[in-house]
Amino acid sequence: MSHDHHNMVSVSVTVNGESRTEECEARMLLVHFIREKLGLTGTHWGCDTSNCGVCVVSVDGQPVKSCTMLAAMADGAELTTVEGLETADGLHPIQQGFMECHGLQCGFCTPGMMIAAKSLLEQNPNPTEHEIRDGLSGQLCRCTGYHNIIKAVQFAAEKMSASEEGASA
Amino acid sequence: MQTPAPFGYERATSVDHAIQLLEQLGPEARLVAGGHSLLPMMKIRLAQPEHLIDINPLAAELGSISIDGDSLVIGAMTRHNDLLASPLVGEHFPILQDAERVIADPVVRNRGTVGGSLCQADPAEDLSAALSALHATATIRGSSGSRSVPVRELHVGPYETVVGDAEILTEIRVPIRNGCGSAYEKVERRVGDWAIASAAAVVWMDGGIITDAGVGLAAVGADHFVSPAAEAALRGQQPTEDVIVAAAAAAAAECNPSTDQRGPAEYKRHLAGELTARALRRAVARAQGGQ
Amino acid sequence: MTDTAVPTSAAGNPIGFGRMLRKEDVRFVRGKGHYIDDVNLPGMLHGAILRSPHAHARIISIDTSAAEAHPKVHAVITGAVLDTLGLAWMPTMSYDTQAVLATDKVRFHGQEVAFVIADDRYSARDALELIDVDYEVLDPVMDAKRALDDGAPIIRDDKDGQTDNHIFDWEAGDAAATDAVFASAEVIVKQEMLYPRSHPAPMETCGTVADMNPLSGKLTLYSNTQAPHAHRTVYAMVAGLPEHQIQVICPDIGGGFGNKVPIYPGYVCSIVGSIVTKRPVKWVEDRSENLMSTGFARDYHMKGEIAATKDGKILGLKVDVLADHGAFNATAQPTKYPAGFFHIFTGSYDYGAAHCKVSGVYTNKAPGGVAYACSFRVTEAVYLVERIVDCLADELGMDPAELRMKNLLRPEQFPYTTPTGWEYDSGDYPRALQLALDIAGYADLRKEQADKRERGELMGIGISFFTEGVGAGPRKHMDILGLGMADGCDLRIHPTGKAQIRLSVQSQGQGHETTFAQIVAHELGIPPEDIQVINGDTDNTPFGLGTYGSRSTPVSGAAAAVVSQRVREKAKIIAATALECSVDDLEWELGRWQVKGDPDQGKTIQELALLAHSNLELPEGVEGHLDAQAVYNPPNLTYPFGAYICVVDVDPGTGHVQVRRFIAVDDCGPRINPMIVEGQVHGGLVDGIGMALMEVIAFDKDGTNLGGSYMDYLLPTPMEVPSFELGETVTPSPHHPLGVKGVGESATVGSPAAVVNAVVDALKPYNIRHADMPLTPAQVWMTMQGKTLRTDLAFED
Repeated sequence: MSHDHHNMVSVSVTVNGESRTEECEARMLLVHFIREKLGLTGTHWGCDTSNCGVCVVSVDGQPVKSCTMLAAMADGAELTTVEGLETADGLHPIQQGFMECHGLQCGFCTPGMMIAAKSLLEQNPNPTEHEIRDGLSGQLCRCTGYHNIIKAVQFAAEKMSASEEGASA
Repeated sequence: MQTPAPFGYERATSVDHAIQLLEQLGPEARLVAGGHSLLPMMKIRLAQPEHLIDINPLAAELGSISIDGDSLVIGAMTRHNDLLASPLVGEHFPILQDAERVIADPVVRNRGTVGGSLCQADPAEDLSAALSALHATATIRGSSGSRSVPVRELHVGPYETVVGDAEILTEIRVPIRNGCGSAYEKVERRVGDWAIASAAAVVWMDGGIITDAGVGLAAVGADHFVSPAAEAALRGQQPTEDVIVAAAAAAAAECNPSTDQRGPAEYKRHLAGELTARALRRAVARAQGGQ
Repeated sequence: MTDTAVPTSAAGNPIGFGRMLRKEDVRFVRGKGHYIDDVNLPGMLHGAILRSPHAHARIISIDTSAAEAHPKVHAVITGAVLDTLGLAWMPTMSYDTQAVLATDKVRFHGQEVAFVIADDRYSARDALELIDVDYEVLDPVMDAKRALDDGAPIIRDDKDGQTDNHIFDWEAGDAAATDAVFASAEVIVKQEMLYPRSHPAPMETCGTVADMNPLSGKLTLYSNTQAPHAHRTVYAMVAGLPEHQIQVICPDIGGGFGNKVPIYPGYVCSIVGSIVTKRPVKWVEDRSENLMSTGFARDYHMKGEIAATKDGKILGLKVDVLADHGAFNATAQPTKYPAGFFHIFTGSYDYGAAHCKVSGVYTNKAPGGVAYACSFRVTEAVYLVERIVDCLADELGMDPAELRMKNLLRPEQFPYTTPTGWEYDSGDYPRALQLALDIAGYADLRKEQADKRERGELMGIGISFFTEGVGAGPRKHMDILGLGMADGCDLRIHPTGKAQIRLSVQSQGQGHETTFAQIVAHELGIPPEDIQVINGDTDNTPFGLGTYGSRSTPVSGAAAAVVSQRVREKAKIIAATALECSVDDLEWELGRWQVKGDPDQGKTIQELALLAHSNLELPEGVEGHLDAQAVYNPPNLTYPFGAYICVVDVDPGTGHVQVRRFIAVDDCGPRINPMIVEGQVHGGLVDGIGMALMEVIAFDKDGTNLGGSYMDYLLPTPMEVPSFELGETVTPSPHHPLGVKGVGESATVGSPAAVVNAVVDALKPYNIRHADMPLTPAQVWMTMQGKTLRTDLAFED
C-alpha cells in the first residue's frame, strides 16, 4: 500500500452555511468527515452498502448517501445536514411534520429521511402518496412502518405550499 | 463501519488529464465517478486500488445529453437521475427511463453514472441490457485517440469490459431511427434490488412490419446481455402475439441463468421469456404510437 | 379510545392518557439524539473484530505479529489471551457457553476470532488484514434436519459429554389426551412449515464504549443494550467485577427489536481492551457483523396437526418442532422455558386437548433465537396455529373467517386456562374479528376476488387472529439466569411539584419519556411536561430486567402506576395534616386531595409536595418528602390480542406479491398514548410483511451466510407496504393497575400469518395449501409450479 502525500487531502466545504476546512485521509468517507471532523453527529450511518439511507445529506442541493462518497469528493461543496434544517424562524416544516405526525420512533433514520423528504418536496411540492413512497424508497425505517412518515411528508407539503401561497399573496 | 484501505487520491481536471493520470499511475489506479459500485467493493476490501482518480470534475465535460446528427449522445458522467429526467431521452427512448426508474433508488441515482454502471459490468446491470438492445455504441478514449465499440461488445465477462487500463469511456451513442418503440421490464425481490431477471425490447417498425429489433436481457446469463435468436424471430415479422411469444421463447431458451438466492435457474429462464414478451408488447405499442 | 374527559395542561398536553406529541422528538428531529457511535471519550481507541470466513473449522494457528507491529495498533486480543483471564468463554442466557473469541474451533461464518485495538477505526480494520489465521476446514451442519443424523459432525466437542448436536427436548400439554382426541376426530389436517431464520436488523447496529478507570477500578460501559441492569449483573458474574463498580449507561438506542438484549463478544472484548490499554475502547458493529453474528430470530421447523369435526369444530392441536439454535444455545428467555412461550401455540381457540414437543439442535450458524419482536416465540406459535387453521378451512371447504368465528374463545370463558397451562386474563375475540371484517368489507372483497378469478387474476385475502402473552413475568415462574423478572421504579417529587421517575426498562424508540410521564400524570395530576423520565443509567435507576417481550408497559408501567399511587397515599396524609382533618375525610380529584363534601378545602399535589418538604409537623412515623419506590412483580402475564386481514395481488406471470391493504384491529387494553400505540402497530406490520415476503438468512452448503448485508437481507421499503387501516377494541387486563396489556410486538406476531394466508388464498386456483416464507417472487412462482422451495438453504442446481 502506498503512503504518498496524496493519502491526505484538505477538504473545504460550506456546511449549513458555515465554511469549514479540515485535513483528512483521502479514504475518509463523507459520513465520517461530517461526524468526526465537522462534529455533526446528527447524520448517522446504518449500513455499508448504500441501501438504508440513514446517512443521507444534501450535497449541492441533492440528497446523497454520505457513506458511499469520499469526503475528498465533496471538496468545494455546499452541505446541508439535519442540523441545518432549523432556522431562526423555527423548525423546518419537515421537522414539524415528523413531530406532529409521529413520523419517527427511535430517531435513527430520521435525519436522512428528512433530508430525502425535503429534496422530494423541492422537486415535487405536491406529491401523491405513491410519489412519496417512491421518492423515499432508498430510505429504510424499521420502527414506523412508513405510515406516519408519509403523513409527515404530506403535512410538510401542505404547510410549505400554504406558506408559498402566503408569500405570493 | 466498513472502511476502504488507503489509496492515493487524484482529481482529474479533463479527460486528457484523466488518461494521463491512468498512464502515469499504472494498472492499480482506478477511475471513480459516482462510486456506488466501487466504494462498497473497496469497503469490504475486495477492491484495493492503489490510486483513485476522481473524475467527478468531468461532469460538465462528460455529463450532457444531446442530439448529434442521427444519434442521441449520452455523456458517460450523466447521472442516472439526469437520464431519467431528460425529455430528449423520453422522446426517443422511453426504455431508458423504464430502466432508470428501477435502478437502485432515487438518492443513489443522484450519484451513480451511466458510464460507471456500464464499466462495472455487473451481469444484472440494467442499462447494459437496455443499451445493447438499442444497438448503442460506446466511445472509449485513450492517449492515442478515440474508438467506438458496440455496447454489445463492451462486456467480455462479469465485471470485465474492453475498456483498457489507460482508457476512459466517454460517451454512449444511440442511433435514432424512425418507427422505434422500446420498453424495459424487470422483476426484483424488492424495490431497489438488482434484477432477478429483466428484459429490454426495442422494435423498429415500417408499414406494420418489424424491420429490426433488439432484445436485451440482464441477470440471466445472456451473452453480451442480448438474445440474437429472439431478435431474429422478430425481424421481418408482423408483431402478432404469436410472433412475440415465439421471440420470448427464443430469449428464454437462449439465455443461461444460474441458481442463486434470487431464485432457481428454472424460474429465471421463465422470467426471461415472460418479461421479454411483456417488454415487446409495450415496445410495439409505443412504436405504433401508444404508450 | 381517547378519554375525552382528560384535562389538558398549560402546555396543551393531556394530564393522563391521550394523544400527546413525544418529548424525545424535540432532540431527534434536530439531529440531537445521542447514540452509541456519538459517544466519544478523551483518549478513546477503536476496536475491530476479525471474523471467521468458515462455518466450521479448526484453528491451527493465529499469527498476530504483523498486526501488532502496525504503528497505530495498541493491542491484539485473541482467544488465547482471553483464556489466560478465564474469559475465552462466557455463559449464555440459556445456561450454555459461548465463545467470546474462538480458541479451538470456529463454529459459524462470522464468528469472532480476534479483536484489534487501534487509534482509529480505519487503522483497526487495516490491521485485521494483517492477522494470519490457519484453519483446517471441517464439514458444517447447515440443515437442522440433518443435525441429529448418525455421523453428523459434532459441533460442540468443547462440551464434556456432548456426543451429538442435541440441545434439549421439551414438551407441554397432555400427549395422551391429545392422541385420544385425534383418534376419534373426523378430520385431521397435517402441515409442515418453516419459520425461517430472520434478523431484527435495527437501523443502528450494536456497540459499546468501555471505560475502565485504572485508578478507581470503576468500569463505565456505554452500551446500546435493551437490558442495562441485567447486563451489569451478568458482567459482574462473568468477569468477577464488583457490581457496584460497574455502571452501564445506555445512550439513545436506534431500535432494538430483541437484537440488543444479549451480551455479545464485542462487548466483553471492549472491556478487556480497556483494561489492557487503560484507555476507553469503542466497538460498533458494521452492518454485516450485525446480520451475521448477533441475535437472529426464529428458525423453527414445525410439523402441525389439527383435529376437527366435519362441520368445523376444532378439537385438538399438536405440533412437533425442530428448533435450530445455531452453534451456541444463547436464546434469551425465561429459564424455565427453553422454547420460550411457544406453548401458547393453541392460540385463540377452544380445544379439547393440545400438545407440543420442541427439540433444540446445534448447527453451524450464529447463536440467538429469541429476537425480532417475537414475544419469546409467540410469533412462531401464532404463525403455526393461524396457518394450520387456514389449512383446515381449505380441507373443509369453509371460509376461514367463518371457521375462526366458530372456534374463537367466547368472552364468558375468561379467565381461560389453555390446554398448555396459560391463564388468559381477558378478551372479547369475536368482537375484534368482526370489527376487522367490517373494516375490510369482507363480503365485498370475496366477491371482488371471485370476479378476478374469472378473469385469471390472482387476489388473496388472508386472516389471522392472535393472542400474545406478554409482560414477563411472574417471578415464581420466570427468571433469567436466576434473576426474577420484576421491575423497580423510583419516583421523586421535588418541592415545587415537578417530578422525576426512574425506570429499569430501556426505550429503544418506543417513547418511554412520554408514555411514563403520562402514567404519572394520570395517577398524580402532574402535567406530563413537569415529569422527567430517566432510564438508561444503572447508577441512577432501580434494578429491573429491561425492555423486550413487550414488557415495559405491562411490568414497568405497572410499577410506575404503583409508585405514583404510593406518592398519592403519602400526599393524602400530608393533606390531612395540613387541612387538619382525617385521611378518611379526603377524596382524590385528579391532582388534588380535597375534603369530601367541601371541595374548596383541598391541596394540590404541587402544594403537598412543598408541604412535604416544609416544617409542617407530620404524624408520628411519617417521614417527610414525597418520594417513593416500588417493585412490580406481575401476578400474571397480560394477553393482548387482535384480528388482522391482509389483501394481496399476485402477478401470475412473475410470482410478484403486492400487499394492497392491511387491516389491523388490536386490543391492548386502554391506550396510554394512542398515537404511540398506533405507531407500534404500523412498525410491526411492516416487520411482519417483511418476514412473509422477503426477509431470510439463508446459507449455502458450505455454511456461508447469504444474508450478510442489506443488499441481501432485505427490509421492506415504503414501496412494498400500504398505508394501514387500524381498528381497536378495549378489553382491560383485570390484574394490571392500569388495565393495559402491552403492544410492542403484537403486529409482528400477528401479521406474517395474515400475509402468507393471503398469498396462499390467492394461489387457490393452483391447488396450493402452503408455501414457506419468505414468499419471494421465486418462491411464489415455484409454488405455482408445484415445486415450493426450501428457503433456509441455498438453492442448488
